[in-house]
Amino acid sequence: MIELKINGQLTKLDVSEDMPLLWALRDVAKLTGSKYGCGKGICGACTVHIDGQAMRSCITPMSYAQGKSITTIEGLAEQGDHPVQQAWQDLKVAQCGYCQTGQIMSAAALLANNPNPSDADINGAMAGNICRCGTYPRIRAAIKQAAKANKAGAQS
Amino acid sequence: MIQKISRRKFLQSTGLASGTLMLGVQFSPLMAKTTTPNSFQPDVFVSMDETGQVTIISHRSEMGQGIRSTLPLLVADELEADWNRVTVKQALGDAKYGSQNTDGSRSVRKNYQKLKEAGAIMRTLLQQAAAKVWSVPVDQVRIENHQAIHQDQRLDFKELVKIASTLEVPARDALTLKTADQYRYVAQPNMANIDGHEIITGSAVYGYDVELDGMKYAVIARPPVVFGTVKSVDSTETMKVPGVIKVVQLPALTPPAMFKMLGGVAVIAENTWAAIQGRDKLKIEWDHGANASYSTQDHEAVFIKALEDPQEVVRSRGDMAQAQSAAAKTITADYHVAGLAHATMEPPAATARINGDRVEVWACTQTPQASQRNVMGTLQIPQENAANVEINVTLLGGGFGRKSKPDFVAEAAFLANETKLPVKVLWTREDEIKHGYYHSPSYQKLAATLDAKNRVTSWYHAMVNHPISATFDPSARTAGSTDLGQGDMMFEVPNIKIALGETDTFMRIGWVRSVTNINNVFAASSFVDELAHAAGQDPKDFLLQLIGSDRTEDFEADGFKYSNYGEPAAQYPAETSRLKHVIELAAAKAKWGQELPDGTGMGIAAWRSFLTYIAVVVKVSTQGNRVKLEDVHMAVDAGQILNPDRVISQMEGSLIFGASLAFYGEITAKNGVIEQGNFDDYQMSRINQIPDVHVHLVDSDAIPTGVGEPGLPPVAPAICNAIFAANGQRHRRLPMKDLQLV
Repeated sequence: MIELKINGQLTKLDVSEDMPLLWALRDVAKLTGSKYGCGKGICGACTVHIDGQAMRSCITPMSYAQGKSITTIEGLAEQGDHPVQQAWQDLKVAQCGYCQTGQIMSAAALLANNPNPSDADINGAMAGNICRCGTYPRIRAAIKQAAKANKAGAQS
Repeated sequence: MIQKISRRKFLQSTGLASGTLMLGVQFSPLMAKTTTPNSFQPDVFVSMDETGQVTIISHRSEMGQGIRSTLPLLVADELEADWNRVTVKQALGDAKYGSQNTDGSRSVRKNYQKLKEAGAIMRTLLQQAAAKVWSVPVDQVRIENHQAIHQDQRLDFKELVKIASTLEVPARDALTLKTADQYRYVAQPNMANIDGHEIITGSAVYGYDVELDGMKYAVIARPPVVFGTVKSVDSTETMKVPGVIKVVQLPALTPPAMFKMLGGVAVIAENTWAAIQGRDKLKIEWDHGANASYSTQDHEAVFIKALEDPQEVVRSRGDMAQAQSAAAKTITADYHVAGLAHATMEPPAATARINGDRVEVWACTQTPQASQRNVMGTLQIPQENAANVEINVTLLGGGFGRKSKPDFVAEAAFLANETKLPVKVLWTREDEIKHGYYHSPSYQKLAATLDAKNRVTSWYHAMVNHPISATFDPSARTAGSTDLGQGDMMFEVPNIKIALGETDTFMRIGWVRSVTNINNVFAASSFVDELAHAAGQDPKDFLLQLIGSDRTEDFEADGFKYSNYGEPAAQYPAETSRLKHVIELAAAKAKWGQELPDGTGMGIAAWRSFLTYIAVVVKVSTQGNRVKLEDVHMAVDAGQILNPDRVISQMEGSLIFGASLAFYGEITAKNGVIEQGNFDDYQMSRINQIPDVHVHLVDSDAIPTGVGEPGLPPVAPAICNAIFAANGQRHRRLPMKDLQLV
């Protein structure tokens, strides 16, 4: 039995220590918003926050996740209205959408650490997330919009 | 199965649209069956219940092109329905909808008319019903936004449903359809996006995400070589993995491959991780079969030999020998394009459940009807029981043609039937890359003659690849697709020869986004650029001159049986003026001809494919072997545009898909085994490598055509032509492995 916090809820999962967090989230906790894309930490579709840092859940064993606080896309904002999610909606970033939950989690972690990222910062934080449909220009624009919204929110 | 109204609409229709309230309701994929039947259904695509709630069927698969929004909005628009009172319901696989095969860039083209009519039929009946209620002539009743209006009287649709359902359905040719200027939803810049909120909150359900009660998870060890077989399997260690339930051998695949299962050994477990671990521990001895003789690298010599004197001439004009002897210059070039995998972000996945004599399937399929047939073939279900096989279509995490080949659906049905358990078959990334239906590697020879005034007097284009048709008929030895980017060239040249070489096939070959346009248009559009430089002319001006006069291409005159993407030439003519227009538009927007710094250059390419005309201008900067994409302009003439934002997004996607294949895309086999396996050795372009993409839509009243594929073909040649302009290096082989995209 492995104990960890998922989206604020203390959760016990009956899984082996070597099971990657991704499969525990998807198949056991039934949170399917985090996606499988490569299983090797090279596409970013499985990105979640572990103690606030964006990490690839497909290569994170449960032994590492144990006792930590995990945020998945389902828990990013209770109402689905995180500034990044709103910007994603406004700019209609998604095409097929499959990679977008991972993209959003990477972007949200970037903005949490760096409220006003440059193009280079965005590239650095997002280059680990593949989008096969080709939404990169809109992802870049949406991150900038979310950063602006954050700033406006902080000033008001 | 995807049945839901968007959150925004749900909130609005319940009066809760504050924009801040999130309902705790998750619209389950399994809710479709609880729907109350609608009382009024004058057409298979549209129905209305007694509350006036309209249900519109989406019978095409959603894979990122926005079709679940675009087509239902078109129906709602014709109906004059209030979009907030519309539910979009995803269709099961059923021939009553016509073809549901969502590929070939044809969802809009093939359904535009009949879906407008579906909306208009219901609108007309409601109008007639209102006229009856008010005892006024029908033409004095106006239908607007879910209401019938006559002078100061108004009736909501819900008050007309009952009467309308008693009236005779009007003939299609008696309908009055909206003209483009009358649209309320369609063609607007910011149209509704039915799945948008579910996608960004992680509640959207893809094939990979389907969950059923008691469902088990399966991964399959497939033969490393196509048509290979299992000699022996030892699953002792597999069965020791906690969570593994069963090991099941699948029947061996025999030619033709079609959409049949590949065979191998399945591991069924309580979760995906256990299944993967169990698979790793299988000890399988394979008989690799005859295709183990195939290696991509060795086969290149066969390709080259096949084009020494290719015998199948598909288009022929004038006298090539005469052109040759009269030529001032002869230019030749050979081009190679590697094999490609689809690499959908969501690998194939399907779930099946046996329920008495029924088979229920949930799958990310582009083609539910072919999936249904495939399941029936696999389980030997006779045609008269087709209705017992229910194919529910989930969202697709990318398609690109991979998911129109339902081998994975057959696997799920087979395993569910063998085990009598609900089973989800999940392909890992390695499975997807190593066991695909590949875009074939190809080799092409181009030759042209110029006269003393540098006019092109002859054009020769020969191509050889492993044909798609071999997947269905192993005796097929030439590509059946000269229509795609080769024979369909629109250059005004007096002498033309288009030919195909022959070869055997050793893998499953399939269609990948834009099919052989990928390699053909790369070769042809690169070669045009080479000719321009040989002639000492500006490549854009040269291209326009080569296309020549304003005319409708008559391919038949050259003995070319051109399929025109299955459409009559009279309705969808190949018009040079439209091709030239997109070239001029893209060039003007990109400021073609401007002074550029050393090491920087612009390239152009344009083609009509899938009946849509597209030109691409790319600006690159180079430094040694480093290439940076600086700027991209794409001009699109797709006739009337129904959803401008989604057309733009398809173009953005095409550029990025094209950049991936130009710099990275290479599938190779050694001893019949695919050598690549994941995104480390089959790479994709990344956000840091991609500039903004400027898309320019031509305002047109021509019949709408598709946009999912035609953006792709001109991308790679435009990039290569730009590199040549930047540094004088001509790249005739894709991918350009010696270059680094930065």
